[in-house]
Amino acid sequence: MQNVMNPVGGDNFQEKGDKRMRLSLGPHHPSTHGVLQVIVDLEGETVVRCDPVPGYLHRGTEKLAENKYYTQIIPLTDRLDYLSPFNNNLSYTMAVEKLVGIEVPERAQWIRLILSELQRIASHLIWFGTHVMDIGAITPFLWAARDRETIMDIFEMCSGARLTLSYTRIGGLMSDVPPGFNEKVHEFTELFHKALKDYNKVVSKNPIFMSRTQGVGVITAEQAIQYGLTGPSLRGSGVEWDLRKHEPYMYYDQLDFEIPLGSTGDSYDRYLVRMEEMEQSNRIIQQALAKLPSKGPVKADDPKIVLPPKELSMSRAEEMQRHFYQVIHGFPAPVGECYFGLEGPKGELGFYIISDGSPRPYRLKIRAPSYVNLQALPLMTEGRMIADVITCIGTIDIVLGEVDR
Amino acid sequence: MKESLQVVAQKLQEKFGGNILGITEFRDEVTVRVKKTIWFEVHQFLRDDPDCAFNMMIDETAADYPLRDERFDVISHLLSLSKRHRFRVKASTSEKIPSLCPVWKTANWLERETYDMFGIIYEGHPDLRRILMAENWEGFPLRKDYPTEGYDI
Amino acid sequence: MFSLALFDVVNATEARVNAPEEPVIWFLQTFVTLFIIMNVVMVIMAYQTWAERKVMALAQQRFGPMRTGPIGLLQPIADAVKLLNKEYIVPRDADKTLFFFAPIIAFIPALAAFAVIPWGDATGEGLFGGWIRPIIANLNMGILYLLALSSIGVYGIVMSGYTSGNKYATLGSIRSSAQVVSYELTMGLGLMGTLIMAGSLNLNDVVIAQQNTMWYIIPQFFGFIVYAISGIAETNRNPFDLPEAESELVAGYHLEYGAMHFGMVYLGEYINMNVIAATVATLYLGGWAAPASFLEFIPGPIWLFLKFAFFLFIYYWIRVTLPRFRYDQLMGFCWKVLFPIALANVAITAVFKYLGITFGWWG
Repeated sequence: MQNVMNPVGGDNFQEKGDKRMRLSLGPHHPSTHGVLQVIVDLEGETVVRCDPVPGYLHRGTEKLAENKYYTQIIPLTDRLDYLSPFNNNLSYTMAVEKLVGIEVPERAQWIRLILSELQRIASHLIWFGTHVMDIGAITPFLWAARDRETIMDIFEMCSGARLTLSYTRIGGLMSDVPPGFNEKVHEFTELFHKALKDYNKVVSKNPIFMSRTQGVGVITAEQAIQYGLTGPSLRGSGVEWDLRKHEPYMYYDQLDFEIPLGSTGDSYDRYLVRMEEMEQSNRIIQQALAKLPSKGPVKADDPKIVLPPKELSMSRAEEMQRHFYQVIHGFPAPVGECYFGLEGPKGELGFYIISDGSPRPYRLKIRAPSYVNLQALPLMTEGRMIADVITCIGTIDIVLGEVDR
Repeated sequence: MKESLQVVAQKLQEKFGGNILGITEFRDEVTVRVKKTIWFEVHQFLRDDPDCAFNMMIDETAADYPLRDERFDVISHLLSLSKRHRFRVKASTSEKIPSLCPVWKTANWLERETYDMFGIIYEGHPDLRRILMAENWEGFPLRKDYPTEGYDI
Repeated sequence: MFSLALFDVVNATEARVNAPEEPVIWFLQTFVTLFIIMNVVMVIMAYQTWAERKVMALAQQRFGPMRTGPIGLLQPIADAVKLLNKEYIVPRDADKTLFFFAPIIAFIPALAAFAVIPWGDATGEGLFGGWIRPIIANLNMGILYLLALSSIGVYGIVMSGYTSGNKYATLGSIRSSAQVVSYELTMGLGLMGTLIMAGSLNLNDVVIAQQNTMWYIIPQFFGFIVYAISGIAETNRNPFDLPEAESELVAGYHLEYGAMHFGMVYLGEYINMNVIAATVATLYLGGWAAPASFLEFIPGPIWLFLKFAFFLFIYYWIRVTLPRFRYDQLMGFCWKVLFPIALANVAITAVFKYLGITFGWWG
């Protein structure tokens, strides 16, 4: 029986009597950001071979999705990248909306945009806290957590849950945002602008931090494209590709923001790219708040797909029947297939749906950016020291929920 | 269909002729179905040809149609960073298909996952072993005849 | 017979004692002093855990221990009770005897180093007519004794890692021992400046010399920096705590210890910090001497405590702010940066002393 430490297909050097040591940075580890196992072969302090073993958090989301209606899959998507659940909801919902061919009203799209950018900031804050904590400075993690609390409060205000929102529905949002939303988001953007300055002061120019991250985990632009990296990992290597600018969706083409690019592709560049992205997201939110229409429907007008409003379904028979029918039987999607990818905080988060005309997807494939980005880990760590393995895992920003699905 | 994609479709027809089984378009996305004998060459062509220039592979996956002769459909999604267009290539197979690892390194783990979930053997893959399920698992979960509740081990 | 033999030993090491007629009484007085000073030191060590958690928490904008007692003051006691109640587990591959003794060997030398720190003027008589003396052992070679004990502490680290029978622990102890041995060298060199200026290895003489001229932190600023940084590295504290880095080797060399053994290793680290802090306070900040003569109504021990608490605060402050050095950067820093500075400091101080250059009341 093969086991992880001596896999069939990997080389089995222990029979040759090598001086190498095979270490399992096992699934229980404070720094592998979830249950990731990384098997490293060490010669002294140098990593000779690095083999990440994902799969400890595999929950069979794609299989489960084949048995659920399109709306029932939304809570499953929350739990993929659990540090940015709104983006998962959004990507899936937009894929289904593209398949079904439905138009989402303006106010709903602006609210989705604002929440998506807030979620990007929240995800990057956790990345920042944990990455810097792995390198040794323990304080910024708690400051980042404090700022994230404000974002969580905003989410709780909208959807009732801090983390697993399930706030989007096919055709719009679950419900409109409560009054006070604009003020709270505005307050956050002001606060966050000052907080980012603090973080940059404490960490970005710290000589120990710089010497730990500069030159570590270098990925050149050609390698990044070959390995299919997307998101800040790709932009850190100098490749200019951001879906919000180059394949715009929602209203990103009406907003003014910049895409930070790195030059050398090392960890420090990726760090700077993400810090600057947080600043740009803040800017986007401020512009979007100004453009948000103050009134309007948040669900599309399609009676086959969207549930009727609660006041009507509780009082009129026709709407109640429709509500029952849609919940119990779902809505049929046209035959065909559709892929939609959006720029999540970790890269291109895509959903590929094959539909055969029934209310359930025939095949749902989740293109998880962390899964594809994690392939680059051996490239970054082989030949370097073991302390750098942790830095490299932190710098590609993986979330195991996404890697394993 | 976008103009650049029309050019791609045309070039594919010219180069591969009868091995192209169909080009369809749905919701502004172009899918080409090919025979699995030219699976590798098509992808190489799509990467290297200057009008296509698909330098990044976004996804490689499969779908199971158990009532068909060749039950699996292998699907790959491609993206061109310079021309900003996307493409989808499909082929059907009953068990084996050539691996795309020499063309894009992304294919490595994506094919491992497809092997793990469906049992499709990729010929020429450097390290084909299970990735998400346990190493000694029997059965291929995403096939349609595998129950959703799974098996007790 | 025994007491006479002890008296001879004491004389042979040239301890300056205040002419006891009765060696037995002298011995009993030393014992009482030892009891009191060691208890004070151990309580300070226990409350250091509380102080550190509070300082770190306030830097991180939270409160730290608040529930155990008023503002968390009973937290160290709660921790001690918890550790005492845990099960002592020995791993299967461990060497049982050495595994048991290793943390003890890490802990005792640090505690023993407090024997030579003066809490008040050692030439005086002390309280209650000599029953509580200001120093346990007024050795003429005080500083040499301190450095020797810290070298013995390395054995504790090496043994605890190696005998744990665990790859991670072995890796951690190898790194740690190399680090500690290198930084001990720079520590000793950093100290030498003050010794040259004071002209004696006896800690009390150094304090009196500082009282006469000025606190040695000012003329020996570079020596202070070298000694302070080496002290942080000696005690395996952040930013030099790679051997026990939680996020990398999961607590490194003391990984396998449970219960009170872990307590001993953990508290041993704090005692080591106390020794470094007390040495800094004595050699660079003037020890028990008040900064100005009008403040002399505050007794010596309080001054020493304030100075070393200040240095401990700097330890916590550095821990909470800075990230960690990677191992090769750590060793490079010692040998390529601190070592030349320390040597230069010693050379220049020696030259000035030889030429008798005194800058007015510097000396």
